[in-house]
Amino acid sequence: MARRLNILEHALSSLLRRKQKNLAIIVVYTLTVATIASVLFLTQSLRSEAVNVLAAAPDIVVQRLAAGRHDLIPIADAEQIRRMPGVGKVEPRVWGYYYDSLKKVNFTLMGVKDSPTNLPLLQGTFPANNEQCTLGKGIAEAYGVTIGDSLVLVDSSNSSKLYQVSGLFIADSELLTNDLILLQEAELRRFFKLPDGRATDLAVEVYNQREVATLAKKIKLALPDSRPIGKTEILHTYDTVFNWRSGIMLTLFASALIAFCILAWDKATGISADEKREIGILKAIGWDTNDVLLLKFWEGLAISLTAFLLGAIIAYLHVFFYGAGLLAPVLQGWSVLFPQFNLTPAIDLYQLFVLALLTIVPYIACTIVPAWKTAVTDPDSVMRS
Amino acid sequence: MPTLIETKDLCKIYNRHKPDELQALSDVAFSIDQGQVAVLKGPSGSGKTSLLSLIGCMARPTSGSIRLADKDVAKLPERFLAELRRDLFGFIFQQFNLMRELSLFDNILLPLYPTEISGKEMKSRADEILRQLELGDRKQQKVKQLSGGEQQRVAIARALINQPEIIIADEPTAHLDRALTEELLTILARLKQNGKTIIIATHDPAIYQQQELIDRSYLMHDGNLLEVERL
Amino acid sequence: MILNPGILALLLGSSIAFLMLLYAAGLGLKILSAWDPQSSSEQQLLLERKTWLVSTIVNYAFGFVVLSGLLFIYTVEDIHRLFIGAMCATGALNANEIGWLVLLVKIILFFAAALWVSLNRLDQCTEDTPLVRPKYIGLLLLTPLVGLDLLLQYSYFSGLQPEIITSCCGSLFSLGNDSVASDIAGLPPAPTMIAFFICGGLFLITLVLSLGSRQAIFRYLLFFASVLFFFISLLSIISFISLYIYQMPTHHCPFDMLQQNYGYIGYPLYIALFGGCFFGLLPGLCQPLKKNPSLKREIEKRERHWLLLAFFAIVVFLAIVAWPILFSPFILLSY
Repeated sequence: MARRLNILEHALSSLLRRKQKNLAIIVVYTLTVATIASVLFLTQSLRSEAVNVLAAAPDIVVQRLAAGRHDLIPIADAEQIRRMPGVGKVEPRVWGYYYDSLKKVNFTLMGVKDSPTNLPLLQGTFPANNEQCTLGKGIAEAYGVTIGDSLVLVDSSNSSKLYQVSGLFIADSELLTNDLILLQEAELRRFFKLPDGRATDLAVEVYNQREVATLAKKIKLALPDSRPIGKTEILHTYDTVFNWRSGIMLTLFASALIAFCILAWDKATGISADEKREIGILKAIGWDTNDVLLLKFWEGLAISLTAFLLGAIIAYLHVFFYGAGLLAPVLQGWSVLFPQFNLTPAIDLYQLFVLALLTIVPYIACTIVPAWKTAVTDPDSVMRS
Repeated sequence: MPTLIETKDLCKIYNRHKPDELQALSDVAFSIDQGQVAVLKGPSGSGKTSLLSLIGCMARPTSGSIRLADKDVAKLPERFLAELRRDLFGFIFQQFNLMRELSLFDNILLPLYPTEISGKEMKSRADEILRQLELGDRKQQKVKQLSGGEQQRVAIARALINQPEIIIADEPTAHLDRALTEELLTILARLKQNGKTIIIATHDPAIYQQQELIDRSYLMHDGNLLEVERL
Repeated sequence: MILNPGILALLLGSSIAFLMLLYAAGLGLKILSAWDPQSSSEQQLLLERKTWLVSTIVNYAFGFVVLSGLLFIYTVEDIHRLFIGAMCATGALNANEIGWLVLLVKIILFFAAALWVSLNRLDQCTEDTPLVRPKYIGLLLLTPLVGLDLLLQYSYFSGLQPEIITSCCGSLFSLGNDSVASDIAGLPPAPTMIAFFICGGLFLITLVLSLGSRQAIFRYLLFFASVLFFFISLLSIISFISLYIYQMPTHHCPFDMLQQNYGYIGYPLYIALFGGCFFGLLPGLCQPLKKNPSLKREIEKRERHWLLLAFFAIVVFLAIVAWPILFSPFILLSY
């Protein structure tokens, strides 16, 4: 044990003595770690955002398909579904998208009848009459409005209407309510010219999660033109999409990893005459090949851990404080139209473990052979020179 | 006193079966008893350094045997040779071979790092040796800031830190002036008194003419060794 | 194929480990063909130095095998959400027929690599290194095993088909029939529990006997006890240990206990089991090597240490298992 600690001490002091040489490798190593870590952290946090979104989502959403496309569903169908055993509440939802060509942003407009309980309010109230609306934070920021101010929206008949902001949203996940505008349901129907008796979709509550699949099957059987979508299915889709995207990103960064490996190999191979002499001295005064290999192992570990920690911290700042500015457009994709939003920090040990394996294993592999070449320096080399 | 080191028919050929093949030693018979001081004299290239590195367990001979404390070490794996170097030998090199960027203190501890000796024990040993060599007040200084004489004493301190039985010195006075050579001789005499076995390769008359210090004299020429009465 | 960062890390790491081992095996072939401890040629010195390179590579590879085993389980745990009906890692492993095979190869690889590393350290401490030939023949067997591990991992992951919502219909029913089994069934708890504790007792008794005596027979007995105990323990983890840890009468998953929800109790549990069984195997495996005097000296120097490690590990393992059985309010055997 003493031997390991002694050699560790020497390894650290000799690293510090060669700051110049090691700085280059640590900088590049750190950047490599930071790049890969950014991808991992961003994906992970988008995934957990999605999970947050879905926590409030209904167990099954039933849509109607007409000619293979999404269509409005008769509210009467809700009653039929509600009668099925195991089904709790069935709520027809009325909502749609609204594009503001001036601000070039996309919102979700949703109709409410009475106060929905699953959306926490930041302040104010839900719309109480046809002249009021409730906004997500992103929209309030995009228009620079707050409670009491007015918001102008242009409806389907191309006439502008003034709404008074009655409340603002807050939620754990900004993704959930960021782009949301709530109106009274009757007002929304007028706004989009939606027919009475029809809804955008039906939100179905299921008592026993294990029966979701069975109920979905039954709904499909009873209403052949419907498309029931389970909450877990949406989760799978999100997961798959995010996994896939980060996988693709990482594959693209493989070239960066290879470049880093070449540098690591080069640095490890090209040891200076000075360093060679030092190893020769150590061998001569009684160090064994194994001791020098241990020395090199500690050096590699110290470099790796430094770069790993620095890289991970940089990635954390990049993703969660600067909104992953360098990566977001590629990874988010579907959300470029969103007003700006902040990610909730979400990192677990698994991500760090994967990161460590992705970056440290190639580094070690690149340095084994050069380290060995150094370690087998002839002990009598210092006497013969 | 028992024989400590004895070589028989010792040969060393570098780059064997290659165009630049070089026979550095041929059939060398060297021996030294415990507590003796031996001197190897000869022109450069005569094989002194090769012999020292074989005796000092830094390399293995091409053929022949080396008995070190009654153990044949000619064919030991390198790992065990390193152990012997660490436990039995102290080396003083021609150019000191110190690490110039390290402190004096760290330099002399280097041979102890691969051992299981604890940090505390190492430091007390080092302090003791530095006190003896009158270097105690400069131990945190970097070697490159030291004078030639001080560097020489650091090199000696490093050779003594592992409490070796045998001290091997390769041209120790090659870069020293008269006064420093005298100092070295005093230290060597003290080490002999303490029972250390010392082997010195040199062509400095200031050393090989020290009759009360030297017990055995050898002359090397073209890889052959010859024991002589007087040098 | 699912592209997940964990899967990429596994495949990348395994490929690198395999390539490094291929290189080491090449060196091993050279060493096997020209090794001559009697020679003092430069060639022999070079070979001797190459053995250090090979050892270093295999040591790192062994470290990677341990980590990749953990990462594999973690990754499988992470992707189980992609499979409808999969409640934990077990479900994802069931998703195609290769999943469990990968795990099996990883376990074999762990023991093989650990054995190689131990024998290598033993051998390097002797002056005549009598194990050079068997070691490098062993290396030639270890390398294809790492290759197999890589191949199986690749085919497992590339064979996974996640379910996603398609535009024509929700996917639930189209897959309803072949959604993966979410859990594995265990052996009946009561008899398994009896067998487990009897076998654990047997292990400890032979271990104590080996500690007290130099007789070869006890070491061989301990070897068999270790093998037996290892398999019975794995079955027991599925059959009843998991139930006690999760405090649920039906959840048999052997991997969930590695998660934070259960205080990471799976780590000490598995480390103690694998370590204890390995050190229990080692004295019996090394017994025939004692014919060589220098190896005998080295083995006897370490054997006591191995036995004590095995003893300590298995006692910890048994304690972790027995704790919830004795002290938790959960009563399984009345179900």
